[in-house]
Amino acid sequence: MSKKPAPVTESDYLKAYRTMLASRVLEEKLASLYRAGMIKGGVFLGKGQEALSVSVGIHLRRGDVFAPLIRDQAGRLAFGDTILDTLRTYLGSQLGSMRGRDGNIHRGRPRDGYYAMISHLGAMVPAVAGALLARRLRGETGVVGATCIGDGGTSTGAFHEGLNAAAVDKLPLVVVVANNQYAYSTPNSRQYACADLLDKAAGYGVAGHRADGTDLLSCLETLRQAVHDARNGGGPQLVVAPLLRLVGHGEHDDFAYLDKSLKKSAVGADCLELAEKHILSQGWKTAEDLAAWRRETENEVNTTADRVRREPPPDPGEDDWAALSRPEYREQYAAA
Amino acid sequence: MITYLEAIRLAQQKALATDPRVFLYGQDIGNFGGAFKATKNLANEFPGRVLDSPLSEDAIVGMAIGAAIEGARPIVEMQFADFSTCGLNQIVNHAATLFYRTGVPCPIVVRLPSGGTSGAGPFHSQSMEAIYAHWPGLVVVTPATVEDVYTMLLEAVAIDDPVIFCEHKFLYYHLKAEKLPETSLPIGKARIARAGRDATIVTHGAMLHESLAAAAELAADGYELEVVDLRSVKPLDTDTVLASVARTGRLLVVSEEWPWGGVTSEVISRVSTEGFGLLDAAPMRINAKDTPVPYHPDLWSVHRPTASTIAAAARRLLHI
Ligand SMILES: Cc1ncc(C[n+]2csc(CCOP(=O)(O)OP(=O)(O)O)c2C)c(N)n1
Ligand SMILES: [Mg+2]
Repeated sequence: MSKKPAPVTESDYLKAYRTMLASRVLEEKLASLYRAGMIKGGVFLGKGQEALSVSVGIHLRRGDVFAPLIRDQAGRLAFGDTILDTLRTYLGSQLGSMRGRDGNIHRGRPRDGYYAMISHLGAMVPAVAGALLARRLRGETGVVGATCIGDGGTSTGAFHEGLNAAAVDKLPLVVVVANNQYAYSTPNSRQYACADLLDKAAGYGVAGHRADGTDLLSCLETLRQAVHDARNGGGPQLVVAPLLRLVGHGEHDDFAYLDKSLKKSAVGADCLELAEKHILSQGWKTAEDLAAWRRETENEVNTTADRVRREPPPDPGEDDWAALSRPEYREQYAAA
Repeated sequence: MITYLEAIRLAQQKALATDPRVFLYGQDIGNFGGAFKATKNLANEFPGRVLDSPLSEDAIVGMAIGAAIEGARPIVEMQFADFSTCGLNQIVNHAATLFYRTGVPCPIVVRLPSGGTSGAGPFHSQSMEAIYAHWPGLVVVTPATVEDVYTMLLEAVAIDDPVIFCEHKFLYYHLKAEKLPETSLPIGKARIARAGRDATIVTHGAMLHESLAAAAELAADGYELEVVDLRSVKPLDTDTVLASVARTGRLLVVSEEWPWGGVTSEVISRVSTEGFGLLDAAPMRINAKDTPVPYHPDLWSVHRPTASTIAAAARRLLHI
């Protein structure tokens, strides 16, 4: 395994920041559409987790596999998802990639390596491992697969089975744990008993990396290294980043269970604000530049939302109601 | 002579030889050749394509799904059908939903060594076709002959959709054939295993052979039972079943599964709702008893339907 990837540059940082900003603005819009009753289904946001998420997506390239999870709007955009398709799924447009059949955080385009998560947490870990196994069998090298998970998801059997199986086959899998202190209302004290989630890396025999989830530079550097190591034969990489979910579990959740002291602690910082401060302190951009970027993104999000709201919903009469690809195998019988 | 088990091995060998997308993944299936030797020698013959997995059913199926998305055609072996419950989530929530949700099909084959054998007990004997058939998005097959287990496994690999392949362990060694066919009925078509006019027995898997023995017993008394081998339980060939009932007017459905909500109740439900007028008598069914599958051979042999309990039920159906 070659030692060090190229250092994170100013332009890398700014590009990542812009994607974080787009994610934040888009999610603010989703929240307001949710309050207005216009969203089909639930809204689960990644506020406070954008630095980590974007750092995953940004280090993957075409041909890699990415299975994002609940709070990965930023990583999704970095991997090539669009504001348009995001809004189409949330607003229930027929033109969305999931055609109304599944929505929101469950969206994806598996053919492009952008996997569509199932709700069952942990399940995507073995799926990405299997994708990498298939690529290896085809003789492809230099491919990386990444998936994200929460502190809660690390307690599932699927997380364990997937990471263990990937480790046995030394697959180029990057598993990124956003340790946001809660799984819905469950605090970490009720989630695991090891001192640190990163301790699990040794148990699986995989490399471990820690990032400060509130610090974009730390996330970028850590993910760059982890993806680089996976790509160059280092086997599975477990990344753990402490941070805090800055919103409720979903928009329906008032987060009353939040331990207020966490908010004031280091993990409670807002990664987007810290990134802005960093950009200003480095003199890379002015406050006016950043405000203009925000306005631009807001404009794009608002215009796109207005357009999508005029698109038709899925038509039950047009759905072929077929769960199998082969027409001969579809059950004709239905006890109507 | 080729056994049912050897036919499974030969089908996998042919799939590996003819389709570079195929690979095998499962516990002990590599150099060891599998718990039942269904992959004997294949690791040798196809280096790097017959892979030992950890003891990890969720990962086995989950990895097959990811591989299938990438264009591979994995065949995964559950050591026993019973352990597929540890991979259930991946099968029913991931593989089975993928095509409907994303438009991307999921061509995996999950081999389930199924059904009871003497002394196998509660955790190595289960018949799970009914639970998998319940979820949309899966093809569920139950080959009952050497010929079918061979052609249907090859067809299962060719299908773009996930196939739950319920191969019956009771048939592994004693069912034999001279040679293997090149063609067969497609999956989704039932087969008239024995023609008759007095009553129809609809069955699948190992119960086909118990039913045929029962039919032979009644033939000695002058009654001709028609025996329909479903071959696949999903899709279920309702047309062939209804056509048979139209000829005989009487229906007995036999399955080794537990009674609640299984293939027997599904077949009777379809015939009652779509072919009520064809029936001269209330349909009947026989299932295994509603307990875990017992371990002791003396208990096991009365837990599941047998030729004699099937014959007795057929006599009641015929009022003899
Ligand atoms: C296997 C499973 N059990 C329960 C749920 C319901 N659920 C959805 S999100 C969630 C909390 C997840 O917590 P964590 O993994 O820490 O991710 P976070 O929400 O904090 O990002 C739960 C319990 C689920 N989706 N999957
Ligand atoms: Mg959490």
